[in-house]
Amino acid sequence: MSFLIGENMIGGYGSADNILKGCTLSVERGQIAVIVGPNGAGKSTGMKAVFGMLNLREGSVKLDGKDITNLKPQERVNIGMAFVPQTHNVFGGMSVEENLIIGAYRREDDFSDTMAQVYDLFPILKEKRHQPAGELSGGQRQQVAVGRALMTQPSVLMLDEPTAGVSPIVMDELFDRIIEIRNSGIAILMVEQNARQALNIADVGYVLVNGSNRFTDTGQALLENPEVRKSFLGG
Amino acid sequence: MTQTTKNFVYFAIMAGLLVAVGVIQSWSVSLSIFNLCLISAVMALGVNMQWGYAGLFNVGMMGFAAIGGVAAMLVSMPPVTAAWANGGGDLMMSGLMVVVTVLAIILILRKMPKGKKRNYTIAAAVIAGYFLIRHFYDPAVGAIESTEAAKYGYLGGLGMPILFSWIIGGLFAAGAAWLIGKISLGLRADYLAIATLGISEIVIAILKNEDWLTRGVKNVTGLPRPVPYEVDLQASEWFINLSATFGADPIEASSIFVKLCYTVLFMVVLGVILYLSERALNSPWGRMMRAIRDRRDAASAMGKDVKARHLQIFVIGSAVVGIAGAMLTTLDGQFTPGTYNPLRYTFLIWVMVIVGGSGNNWGAVLGGFVIWFLWVEAEPIGLFVMEVVTSGMDDGSALKAHLIESAAHMRMIMMGSILLLVMRFSPKGLMPEVVRHHD
Amino acid sequence: MEDILNSIILLANFVIVPGMTYGSQLALGALGVTLIYGILRFSNFAHGETMAFGTMITIMVTWFMQSVGISFGPLPTALLALPFGAAAAVAIVLFSDRVVYKYYREKKSNAVFFLIASIGIMFVMNGIVRFIIGPKEQRFADGERFIIKAREFKQMTGLSEGLTIKMTQGLTVVITIIVVYALFRFLQHSKMGRAMRAYSDNEDLALLSGINPEKVVKITWAIAAVLATIAGVLYGLDKSFKPFTYFQLLLPIFAAAIVGGVGNPIGAILGGFVIAFSEVTVTYAYKKFLKYLAPEGMEPDSLMQLLSTDYKFAVSFIILVVVLLVRPTGILKGRVLE
Ligand SMILES: Nc1ncnc2c1ncn2[C@@H]1O[C@H](COP(=O)(O)OP(=O)(O)OP(=O)(O)O)[C@@H](O)[C@H]1O
Ligand SMILES: [Mg+2]
Repeated sequence: MSFLIGENMIGGYGSADNILKGCTLSVERGQIAVIVGPNGAGKSTGMKAVFGMLNLREGSVKLDGKDITNLKPQERVNIGMAFVPQTHNVFGGMSVEENLIIGAYRREDDFSDTMAQVYDLFPILKEKRHQPAGELSGGQRQQVAVGRALMTQPSVLMLDEPTAGVSPIVMDELFDRIIEIRNSGIAILMVEQNARQALNIADVGYVLVNGSNRFTDTGQALLENPEVRKSFLGG
Repeated sequence: MTQTTKNFVYFAIMAGLLVAVGVIQSWSVSLSIFNLCLISAVMALGVNMQWGYAGLFNVGMMGFAAIGGVAAMLVSMPPVTAAWANGGGDLMMSGLMVVVTVLAIILILRKMPKGKKRNYTIAAAVIAGYFLIRHFYDPAVGAIESTEAAKYGYLGGLGMPILFSWIIGGLFAAGAAWLIGKISLGLRADYLAIATLGISEIVIAILKNEDWLTRGVKNVTGLPRPVPYEVDLQASEWFINLSATFGADPIEASSIFVKLCYTVLFMVVLGVILYLSERALNSPWGRMMRAIRDRRDAASAMGKDVKARHLQIFVIGSAVVGIAGAMLTTLDGQFTPGTYNPLRYTFLIWVMVIVGGSGNNWGAVLGGFVIWFLWVEAEPIGLFVMEVVTSGMDDGSALKAHLIESAAHMRMIMMGSILLLVMRFSPKGLMPEVVRHHD
Repeated sequence: MEDILNSIILLANFVIVPGMTYGSQLALGALGVTLIYGILRFSNFAHGETMAFGTMITIMVTWFMQSVGISFGPLPTALLALPFGAAAAVAIVLFSDRVVYKYYREKKSNAVFFLIASIGIMFVMNGIVRFIIGPKEQRFADGERFIIKAREFKQMTGLSEGLTIKMTQGLTVVITIIVVYALFRFLQHSKMGRAMRAYSDNEDLALLSGINPEKVVKITWAIAAVLATIAGVLYGLDKSFKPFTYFQLLLPIFAAAIVGGVGNPIGAILGGFVIAFSEVTVTYAYKKFLKYLAPEGMEPDSLMQLLSTDYKFAVSFIILVVVLLVRPTGILKGRVLE
């Protein structure tokens, strides 16, 4: 029984309501689960479905054994889920620090130590904390986005292409940080375009095609699977 | 019930209401309402073209109606030769200066390279032009406005039959719309709304304050009519005989006869415009308009020039409103710039279109009828309600007096509520747009 | 030298003081419009009516207070009544949100439907105001009338031009400064204010951060209604209250919000003053002013007025159009949707 699981999800947007055709995504505490697949496969849609941002026609989402299929996204924040969307994932007009403070919006306790942890994780953010997030570089913006999500002290962190548009060096950096986050016991569910590198750090990997699971296995096994290599990893 | 029977029922009810007013109040009142219903329907058709066909949010109808109205006055009133003699020359000169200034600006724009220098030159030209224009304009206005100020004080018009003005009014409005559209049609919906609202206020400000042209708030009364006068009818043999055959009082009959004449004229106009609108809506042109409205990006990707199409429909729709404005002034027999109010001349028309059913021409006509009828009848109904409500109160009580006096404002509340209710519970209006699937 | 001083006083009296006053009133109005735009993302055509409604209630409470002998010393009694007017405006605006706008929000309707709905609300509120207080002009200023009188000023300075500052003008500026300061403190430093800015910046991400959109929307309406009432009362004290005038104020208020950069609060304030000063400077007759400055024998004989005061709406509008064409985001960058 998985910590977070979206099971047999079927749904989509308004009239286009069959983007997901029975897809299953799950992740354990202290694990990284990576979703890869071609553009338009429904990876982002699957993430949104798990976070309650679209209505499922069928299937369910469970967190720690509890059915949360009908919770609103805000309510999922309350029970320890955090999501970094693929695009528009920072408050561009607000400073880095304010982005983090907003991340802690739901918290009533003192969150200064969480903020210190985020700054430890991403030192560049501390340096730029008074700068508007919209004026940062792509990689720095992704760090702000992840930092904002961490401010809620989530037990599950969902990342949609955190390395989109960043250089290979920064990507490796980010992956290192993500491993650090996992090591602190958080479950990480993420979509990645850089499939090879991502599967390398993945405990579980999903290859999503056309709204349903094509392959599901450990990251290593997928990397070694000749079929996956041929069709999805460029040989 | 199918939509067709529903539509039939709606119009039947409307006719029934008008008959009821004829029986209960008087036929003269009923006809007055009906005539204004017809004009409202024309206006609503104009708005429907812009909003219903093309999704353009124009809230400047008041301006276009007033432009039509001033056309009616300018076409029909006889010229005031004394005023022309006193100030005509200078006025022409100031007009000439306007042309010269505009030409100078165009020349600068054409000949000089872009940059700061050009901007300064333009600014200089504008300032010089402004003073040149004022130099002739001020004495001209002074001379014209002091020409028999009590009676004239303006230039008068062309002295042509007022019916011409329905066309001229449309053309005036079209010209203004072309200019406005050129400037503002690229804007987002709400900016376009604010822009058109502002322009309509400016139009009214001009008509109210340029006394040499319109006599301003002193109004121009006694516009020539396209139909006979009651007194002439009452004096003519054939009419007395005619009313005798109906057993009617010649005085009342004459008033009804005059109104009927207007009714016929208005119905012809409404009929022609409605016919053309329907033809246009169902032509390839109309389909394209709706395609642009519904899927703007796709349409422009398909190479349709969205802005040019929008300008077209903006001009045509505004012209229709201008025609209606001229008709209205004709019916009133006077031009009174002080009476234009955006609630009545712009937003009420919007209520008509939305209640009737945006995108449906017959719906716009129905909306024009229903809403105008309610607007007029809200007053007696409101008064009646208030009298019932206050019947228990003391006759001298201030509250009672206040409530009865304020009853007239109920109609604003009613119109707003109708708009909100229709939007919420029947967002397609009484007669929804007919979606045809061609090709 | 004295001529120059006189000309400055003249300008202060007829341009600067009225411009500051009117600018403050527009700024408060435009702030409301801009907040609604930033959060709810539509242009609220009923804002002028909200001003009228709040002011009307304030006037009625003022009358009541006057009738029972409550007064505020040298200050207008209306200031005591203002909280009641503001509360009433908040109530009616929240009610309209609950029964009208919320539905479209849940349906995620296009902004234009919100706009049309606001026209419906405008009709209803317009009717309510006229129904209750009537369409006629009302004056409700009491207390001290002047801070500085022209005559006293002349005696004090020995200049031939006097400076008059009405109590209502001084109050307008002072209250505006206080209100704007409080608003900015709130937006910048309070949890709710930050949530509002976040919501305005990126609605989806605000939801993902656990911000409750309905709460943000309600607070925004409430603030806008309070600002509208304050603007309306100050305008009414300074000039007079007439429902139709308030409806017409919509145009310069919109112009101010857009010129400054819609959705941007600082822009709204800047826009308010830009519009107000343009209106005042363009419609002021400079004859007397130039007489002080022009060399002997060169005094102008015309009024030297660029545009008659009847066209003051045209001024705000022309600025609006120029800004929309040249810099659609406004002077300070506002939000450009679509
Ligand atoms: N808001 C939306 N409304 C309607 N359809 C959508 C919407 N968002 C995405 N889609 C459609 O859903 C399908 C899957 O999109 P999704 O964004 O989930 O793909 P993805 O796997 O994340 O692709 P990418 O790798 O490019 O991010 C696509 O066909 C897309 O067109
Ligand atoms: Mg994606």
